Amino acid sequence: MSMRSRFYTLAAQALEDDERVWVVLADIGAGELPRHPRLVNVGIREQLMIGVAAGLGLAGKRPIVHSYAPFLVERPWEQIKLDLGHNDVGAILVSNGASYDASRAGRTHQAPEDVALLATLPGWRIEVPGHPDELERAFLRAVPGDDRVYIRTTLEENQAPVGGDGLVKLRDGAPLVVAVGPTLAPTLEATAELDAGVAYLTTVRPFPRRELREALGDGDEVVLVEPYLSGTSAAEVSRALVDRPHRLLALGIEHPELRKYGDPSEHRAAHGLDARGIRARIERFVATPTEVR
Amino acid sequence: MNLTPLLDRLDGDEKHDWSALSTLDVLWVLYDRVLQDGDRFMLSKGHGPQAYYAVLAAKGVIPESWLDSWGDYDSPLGHHPDRILLPAGGISSGSLGHGLPIAVGTALTGYRTFVLVGDGELDEGSNWEAVQFAGRRRLGTLTAIVVDNASASYGWPDGIARRFDLEGWDAVTVDGRDRDALAEAMSRNHVGGPVAVIAEVRR
Repeated sequence: MSMRSRFYTLAAQALEDDERVWVVLADIGAGELPRHPRLVNVGIREQLMIGVAAGLGLAGKRPIVHSYAPFLVERPWEQIKLDLGHNDVGAILVSNGASYDASRAGRTHQAPEDVALLATLPGWRIEVPGHPDELERAFLRAVPGDDRVYIRTTLEENQAPVGGDGLVKLRDGAPLVVAVGPTLAPTLEATAELDAGVAYLTTVRPFPRRELREALGDGDEVVLVEPYLSGTSAAEVSRALVDRPHRLLALGIEHPELRKYGDPSEHRAAHGLDARGIRARIERFVATPTEVR
Repeated sequence: MNLTPLLDRLDGDEKHDWSALSTLDVLWVLYDRVLQDGDRFMLSKGHGPQAYYAVLAAKGVIPESWLDSWGDYDSPLGHHPDRILLPAGGISSGSLGHGLPIAVGTALTGYRTFVLVGDGELDEGSNWEAVQFAGRRRLGTLTAIVVDNASASYGWPDGIARRFDLEGWDAVTVDGRDRDALAEAMSRNHVGGPVAVIAEVRR
């Protein structure tokens, strides 16, 4: 069962279990959830979708809003900034589609910028699970709260969930490669024969600055592997290591206007996020002559 | 109730802002005669909030002394309202076209919800998403008051009420300076759907 399917199951259950919970949709997902008095489908009206969520939040409810990432985050951007953020209202936004799940649908259904955008607003917790069980953990943690949470589901997933919160160190070594969500599987393959250390992260905001310092130890080289716009967390790494000379390689989506269709796996390779691309760039990064450092 | 002395504390005694004055009678009647305990009010048209602040001061929701320093660095009263600073239970507004969709969300939970928008504000397409949905959903807890001071650049040929009417609202047009007519229109019984009160205010 995909992360997206798991979300529909969890949302239906949350409607049954918690009277504070409302689900707000703009057609997408409406066929996946059973009818319920607190499920509101506003039709193809995304500005209204976020506005309604804010109005529910102001009335003390816990709105869960869902759509394709571009229609959830980008189209109603000012509603997210003002209706939720400036009004200081909580909501849980759960997207599907991610960076290139809809590879054949084209650019209109792709949002590699979603995390970078939401990271510009204060107060958002941003969850990028790499497995349906991690999605469930993030979802169940979000529901009882009153804060603003973004949960990004993808078709790509790791073979098994990783336990533990925050930055989870999986292997010692240098450089320290931080894999986010579904990039863990290709990252582990890419680093299998390298001396690199690997850490895993699903909650990318707030960014675990202290844990990054601890995981890095005496090292001074960090590689970020993010499944969205490259460099999205580069400034966070820079702040975490502000007092330490360090080098950073930030991998992610490199070509938001790729203008190719095909399979998600072809898009992953085009952005260099398959095991081969990740390994090649880590090797180049490590091989950079000392005098350049 | 003469609110002019309170408005004078905000703007001095001669340069009252037209967009602020257009909402004065509507807001006064709402707070004096329409809103009941548990009702929600949202000022979507955040431009020219002097009338809103004056009415809140007249009703004791905020101290009158706040009016003297509005717009200053430490004042809770901005040229657009911020609900976190202003203890009036509404929304932060200023960017147009946000209040009506938010009001729909609150009205869905059963609160009697009132929202004030301007005729110029209705240019924003986000309003019409809310108008269409609330009408078809028969959202009987929602009342939208449109203060029409003919400020929309391209106007509303054949009137604003007709557009709400077509979307399933009970729409009525009244003189925005006639307090009795406003009170009656805004207190209208909902016959299973949302109510729109178009309050016409002309210079």
